[in-house]
Amino acid sequence: MSTTAENIQRQISENPILIFMKGSPQLPQCGFSAQTVQALMSCGERFAFVNVLDNPDIRAELPKIANWPTFPQLWVEGELVGGCDIVVEMHQNGELEKLVKAAAERAGAAEGGDNA
Amino acid sequence: MTLQTQIEQKLAALAPDVLQVENESHMHSVPANSETHFKVTLVSDAFDGMMPVKRHQQIYALLADELSGPVHALALHLYTPAEWQARGGERPNSPNCRGGGK
Repeated sequence: MSTTAENIQRQISENPILIFMKGSPQLPQCGFSAQTVQALMSCGERFAFVNVLDNPDIRAELPKIANWPTFPQLWVEGELVGGCDIVVEMHQNGELEKLVKAAAERAGAAEGGDNA
Repeated sequence: MTLQTQIEQKLAALAPDVLQVENESHMHSVPANSETHFKVTLVSDAFDGMMPVKRHQQIYALLADELSGPVHALALHLYTPAEWQARGGERPNSPNCRGGGK
């Protein structure tokens, strides 16, 4: 049995692009999660998600670990990028796509992937 | 004192050039006159050279009591005076509710 904190750490370290959100990317349950995941999807890379409404333990524990009280939270390569306001702003100025594409590329290279 | 006023008073600690606290609770599925969803626009020299995540975390630290209690959502638009001027004093709109309960 692993603790919630260990689960979260594993999710963050194993998924180079990870969003903790309310609802799913197809059916967000909160306007802030909807805006954030839409910005993320527009980058065109694969990402992982955790629905915190289905995982009350993660919803309770992650804010303490992250020093971030609300959801959504976007994590890239083990670091908190931010919530809705930051991600949407980065999407508008083009930084989000750069960050996400670079992370996806490094993850692909680490897996020995061949993009040809 | 309303929660809105309380938030304004705590954020005055950052010596803001611009401070606007808006109650957006009416946009969400909560009772009328609730104080649960807020938007803060704050312009301060304190953010100079600070990454966005750090800026937000600084606000979260100042409002830790409110966030662990009644405040459910806090939209933050945090700029340095130069950034604020560059965007012409415009702040983004917040999204509407999608009904995800509490």
